[in-house]
Amino acid sequence: MRHLTLVRANLGRHLRRTVLTIASVALALFLFASLRTVVTTIALTGQFGSARRLVVTNATGIVFPLPLAYANRLSAVPGVQAVSWANWFGGRYGDGKRFFANFAVDAESYLKMYPELVLPPEQREAWLKDKSSAIIGVRLLDVFGWQLGQNVTLQGTIFPGDWTFTIRGVYRPSDAVLNDDMLLFHHALLDERTNRAGIAGWYVLEIDHPDNGPRIAKTIDDQFRNSSSPTKTGTEQAFNASFATMWGNVGLLMNTIGLAVVFAILLVTANAMMMSARERTAEVAVLKTIGFSDRTLFGLVMLEAGAITLTGAALGLGGAKLLYRATNFNAAGFLPGFDVTAETLLAGIGIALALMLASGVVPALRAARLPVIQALRRVE
Amino acid sequence: MKVPILYNVRSVLQRPLSTILTALGVALVVAVFIGTLALANGFRTALVRTGSDQNALVLRRGADSELSSGLPREAASIIASSPHVAAGGDGRPLVSPEVYVLISLPKVFDETQVANVVVRGVSEQAWTVRSNLELVAGRRPEPGRGEICVGRRLVSRFGNTAIGQSLKFAGRDWAVVCQFSAAGSSFESEIWGENEQFMPVFRGQVFQSVTFRLRDPAAFEEAKRALEADRRITVDVHRESDFYVQQSQLLDRILRILAILITSIMAVGAVFGAVNTMYAAVASRGPEIAVLLTLGFRPRSVLASFVAESAIIATLGAVLGCLFALPVNGIVTSTTNWASFSEIAFSFRITPDLLAAGLGFGVTMGVIGGFFPARRAARLPVIEALRS
Repeated sequence: MRHLTLVRANLGRHLRRTVLTIASVALALFLFASLRTVVTTIALTGQFGSARRLVVTNATGIVFPLPLAYANRLSAVPGVQAVSWANWFGGRYGDGKRFFANFAVDAESYLKMYPELVLPPEQREAWLKDKSSAIIGVRLLDVFGWQLGQNVTLQGTIFPGDWTFTIRGVYRPSDAVLNDDMLLFHHALLDERTNRAGIAGWYVLEIDHPDNGPRIAKTIDDQFRNSSSPTKTGTEQAFNASFATMWGNVGLLMNTIGLAVVFAILLVTANAMMMSARERTAEVAVLKTIGFSDRTLFGLVMLEAGAITLTGAALGLGGAKLLYRATNFNAAGFLPGFDVTAETLLAGIGIALALMLASGVVPALRAARLPVIQALRRVE
Repeated sequence: MKVPILYNVRSVLQRPLSTILTALGVALVVAVFIGTLALANGFRTALVRTGSDQNALVLRRGADSELSSGLPREAASIIASSPHVAAGGDGRPLVSPEVYVLISLPKVFDETQVANVVVRGVSEQAWTVRSNLELVAGRRPEPGRGEICVGRRLVSRFGNTAIGQSLKFAGRDWAVVCQFSAAGSSFESEIWGENEQFMPVFRGQVFQSVTFRLRDPAAFEEAKRALEADRRITVDVHRESDFYVQQSQLLDRILRILAILITSIMAVGAVFGAVNTMYAAVASRGPEIAVLLTLGFRPRSVLASFVAESAIIATLGAVLGCLFALPVNGIVTSTTNWASFSEIAFSFRITPDLLAAGLGFGVTMGVIGGFFPARRAARLPVIEALRS
């Protein structure tokens, strides 16, 4: 353990260099964790979805609606236990710069379908009773400074005009992947005001058992194949996954940048270790003379490298984890549930260890193999 | 008197390993800087090129995209008869009332992934109204025959899009008869057909937008006022070029913020590397610096000399970074433009400006990283340094 004192003394000798190197490792791993979390968050939204829920959309494309008359026929399909429907509204609030999702939903069945939307019972009742009201995600309270009971007006982009809703409820998602910045209002109101009753954007079904999903989906699609609006039915997960893939190849982009970041920092660390080692040639020779073994000297340099990279990792990874958690970051609604995963943290530590090896091995070997006589000759 | 730059160049060459490591660090940052901004550039260019400033795009009032818009036939004919619409060679107005929808198509490399592809039903004039359009293969679809023309960028990414094949959507088959290019614009990610045929199979008797060539591009404001004031129709009139720029803004901003954020964090790390290197250089050259000062070089010159040395290393890195980044130029990628919800293919675009910015960025890193070590060199106590 007395060697630790030596390592500490060495780290403290060029304190500025040590601090700067640790800081660059920390920045690199902060960046790594951030980039990686973008990828894991998108993957997670693509995996979200109960295996017991199916989504039915128009086979031609997601922008085409389905007749509301399908609701009864869907609930008659064996294995389907509940049916709900929703419609994309696309309303804008204020200057429209902060985008958020807003849907018209069949309120009662929708809340039953999504127990993940947690709403106090009295707010739930209040919303169901008031047809011109809406519920919002808890984040919108902060984003727009809205309050419970307030009237808010959205400008319809698809359905023209001003739409005013009273906020009767604020939900919290029980699953972080679910957006906490949506606005939901009554489908009945949309039907009434647009005179286009009888149209739903998509259906959500609850089925009796996940294993029956593919069979039920096929039954439904077969049933509507030759109608004016053929359907495409899949699990909710597949539905969400199709949105996740719309980003394109984000994974490749983030990983490429991540690799460049890690490599750039490897260069900085390796350079710093090399400089330190070069300056200490004489010292190492002295240590050897007074009896330090080659192995101990190798270990000392590696320990020093490890102390730098692991401290940097702890700062960078811990910083990322805490920062995103404390600020409740979700990239303006695009990446709900943005949280650095344990797997990412482990990968970060792995990188720190690899950095330690890559930057420490050459100087450590050089120290271990140093021919004492030659080195001492240079000592005055 | 200035310290000759040759001195710095030689010093840099004296410690090749440390120089290379530092320069490579800068190179990677510059490469990421150029690469990420090339992505944002490519995306924006694709959309900017889509719109022409000679055209006007008419949407239903309040609609923020073609997708959410809807215009009845009467509105389209009112617009077509406006005096602000230019006439084509045959005397007919250069106007294209268009049907615009998104369909789901499976990607060719992974059938389980679907993308939202724009299907645009156009009038015959559309091919003249959009001046940057060019058929690269095949012949134009004939009216009434269920034929479509596909954008060049779609062909490799979706199945059944080659000439002679037929693509199934909206419950029927459509024969692919041509491919078109549109100067790299987002039209190249679209499927075009005749508006009159698309109308009944998609959304019924309604157009999504009307695009027309302005008789006098300078009189756009006048045309806009006239049409928006027309009581018979409720429309917003956009200059086509402005409209597409606006469509690109959301994603362009996301990409740019991301690029700047990532590269500035990386840059700080690389600057720390340069600082370390330069401090070590200064520390190991104490006597040399003292000699310079003794010879009569002013501390200011010594400072400049060491900053220059750091800048030389960084420039080397920046040039390498540009070289690393160059191969991404032209690589085609695709993403969803959330403003229109459609998938757009575009290519990374490295411009000379971007390369210059990358170089400047790299050199700046070197200057910043070199400043404090250089100041130490300039303030070196001469006597002590000479003694060491």
